[in-house]
Amino acid sequence: MGERLFVIGNEAIGWGALNAGCDAYMGYPITPQNETTEWFAKEFPKRGKVFVQSQSEVGSINIVFGAASTGHRVMTSTSGPGWGLMQEGMSHLANGELPCVISLVQRGGPGAGTTRHGQMDYLSATRGGGQGGYKNIVLTPASVQETHDFVQLAFYLADKYLNPVIVMTDGLLGQMAEPLELRNLDFDPLPEKDWAVRGRENHPDGVRRVVTAMQGLMPTPPHPPYTGFLDLLKVLNEKYETMKESEVRYETYLIEDADLIIVAYGYTARVSKESIKTARKEGLKVGMIRLQAVWPFPYEIITEMASKGPRFLVVEDSLGQLIEDVRIGVQGKTDMHLLGALARHDPSDGGMILPDSVLNEIYRLMK
Amino acid sequence: MKKELVSGLPKLWAHHPAERLECPGCQYPVITRIVYDVIDELGVEGKTILINSSACGYGIVLTTSMDAMFPNHGQGIDVATGVKRLLPDCFIISFGGDGDVAAIGAGAFVNAGQRAEKYTLIMVNNGHFAMTGGQLAPTTLMGQVTTTSPEGRGPDMGYPARMPEMIATVQGVAYSARGAANTPANFLKTKKYVKKAFQKQIDNVGFSFVEFLSACPTGWHMTPQESIKWVEEKMIPALPLGEFKDVDTLD
Ligand SMILES: Cc1ncc(C[n+]2csc(CCOP(=O)(O)OP(=O)(O)O)c2C)c(N)n1
Ligand code: SF4
Repeated sequence: MGERLFVIGNEAIGWGALNAGCDAYMGYPITPQNETTEWFAKEFPKRGKVFVQSQSEVGSINIVFGAASTGHRVMTSTSGPGWGLMQEGMSHLANGELPCVISLVQRGGPGAGTTRHGQMDYLSATRGGGQGGYKNIVLTPASVQETHDFVQLAFYLADKYLNPVIVMTDGLLGQMAEPLELRNLDFDPLPEKDWAVRGRENHPDGVRRVVTAMQGLMPTPPHPPYTGFLDLLKVLNEKYETMKESEVRYETYLIEDADLIIVAYGYTARVSKESIKTARKEGLKVGMIRLQAVWPFPYEIITEMASKGPRFLVVEDSLGQLIEDVRIGVQGKTDMHLLGALARHDPSDGGMILPDSVLNEIYRLMK
Repeated sequence: MKKELVSGLPKLWAHHPAERLECPGCQYPVITRIVYDVIDELGVEGKTILINSSACGYGIVLTTSMDAMFPNHGQGIDVATGVKRLLPDCFIISFGGDGDVAAIGAGAFVNAGQRAEKYTLIMVNNGHFAMTGGQLAPTTLMGQVTTTSPEGRGPDMGYPARMPEMIATVQGVAYSARGAANTPANFLKTKKYVKKAFQKQIDNVGFSFVEFLSACPTGWHMTPQESIKWVEEKMIPALPLGEFKDVDTLD
C-alpha cells in the first residue's frame, strides 16, 4: 500500500499530478482552489519541475499550450472567472491536439459569484465553452482519493487522445480533508510523442516539427498536418466519436429495484448518497447514478433505466445544467425533477444542498 | 575586408522568395532574413524553435526547415514562455506583430519581462493591424489614417506606444532595442541588435526584445519606395532607433 496522507482535495490534485509524472504547472491564484497553486509552488521547484505563476488565466492556458507542445505532461488549475478567461485557449489546445490537464474547481456564479462551492460550470465544461465546437473529456471525482486518481487518469487520457482533459470538482471537494493513499495507477502503454517540438537536431529523423493552433487554416510545410479544413474536422470528429464510445464513466448505487433514481456528480452525489441510505431504511426504493465523467455522458444507462419506469431526480448545485443531459437520456419516457441551487439551506454563499433537502425532496416525490 | 551578406538567400531560407506570401515591398521578409542569418551565424539552428504570432509575418515559419510553432494572435509570448521553461537548452524566438505584442499581448509582454523569461521577442511594427485590413494599433502614429482612425489618429485616441523604451524600465529585461531596414546601414545595425538580443538568451541573462519598424506598402496604400520613405520621414522621428537597455546581469 502506498503512503497515506490526510489532505484536502485541492492538494490531492497536486499529488495526483506528481504520481502521473507531470513536469510543469502554470496557474493564477483564485479561490477556492489556491491550495492547488500553492501546492505546486512548494512541491515542484524542489523536484526540478517547472512552476510558473502566470499573469492571468489567459496567460496560464497559453503557457500550457507552449509547454504541452514540447511533449511534457503539463497542467493548470482554476475556478469560475479564471475558467471564463481560459476558453479561447482551450479551443486552441483542441485545434493543436495538445494533451494537457485542467483542474476546474467550481464556485458559485454567474460573474464573480461566490468564492465558495458551486456546480455552475457544467455546460461550459462539457460543451466546449470556447469558440468552434471542440469537445473534451470531463472527469468528475467525488472524494479526495478519487480526485488524486482521476488526475492520473486525466493525464493518460490526454496523451491517448491528444486533447485537453478537465478534472472538475467544486469548492467543497477542494476544501474537504480526507485520507489519501498515494498510489500509481496502471494504464496501457502510450505512443511516443513524436510530434513534439524539441529543436530539429533532437528529432531522430532530422525533419522539423510544427505545432500550431491553426490546423486546417495554415499549411505548414514540410509537415502539412492536414491538407485542408475538412480534413481536420474529419480527424477531430473521429476522435470525439471514439471518446464517446470508450470513455463513459459512472457508478450505480441501488438502482436495480429503484422507484426513484437520483443523478448527480461531485459533492451533490456525496450528499445524495446519505439521503438514499436514510430513505432505504424507511423502505423507500431510491438509487443513484453517480457520474464519474460528465462528458462523454452516459445517455445509454439513463435511457435504459428510464424505460423501466422509475422517476428521475437530478441533484445539482446550479439552476439546472446537468438536467439538460439527463433530459436527453430520459427521452420523455418518465418524469424528471430538479433539486437545484434554489434548495440551498442558507441564503449566503455558504449555502449548500444538504442531505435533509434531498431527503425532503425524496419524501415529496414518493410519499 | 569582412563580408556581410546583403543580397542572395540566407542558408536557412528553404524556399524561393517568389513563393512567399507577403505583398511586394513588404519588409516582413527582410526581418525574417535577418533572423535566419543570425541564427545561422550563431550556429543554433538545430536547437531553435521559432514561434510566430504575427499575422502577415507567418512566412517566417513557412520558409524554413527549423522547428516552428504558430499560435493564435496575441499568444506567442506566453507560448514561448511555456516552451522555454520546458526546454531551457533550446533557442526560442517569439516573432510578433505590433497588434500582437503591443495590444492583445501587452499584458504577456510586460509580465514575460518581469519574470525575466530567458528568450527573445521580436516585434514587427508596421503601424497598424495589417492582416485584418489596416486598423489602428497602439503603435499607430499621430495623424496616421487607418480604417478605424479615418480622420487620422488624434489625442483622443492616445499616443503611439513605445515598447522598447517601456520594457527597458523592467528589471528582468536584459536587452531592448529598436531597428529598421530602410537603408543598408540600418539593416546592418538592426542585425547587430538582433545578434545581441540572441546572445543575451544564449548567455541566459534575461528577457531580450527588438522592435523592427517595417514598411507595409499595401496597407499604407503606397508604392514600396514611398513606404520606405514614410518609415524614414514619419516613423523614425517618432520612434527613434537605438538600444534602450543592454546589461549582462539583472541585479
Ligand atoms: C483573439 C483574436 N482576436 C482577433 C483576431 C483577429 N486578428 C488576426 S491578425 C490581427 C491583427 C494583426 O496585427 P499585427 O499583430 O500587428 O500583425 P500584422 O497583421 O500587422 O502582421 C487580428 C486583430 C484573432 N485572430 N484572435
Ligand atoms: S499587408 Fe502589409 S504587412 Fe501584410 S503582407 Fe502586405 S505589405 Fe506586408
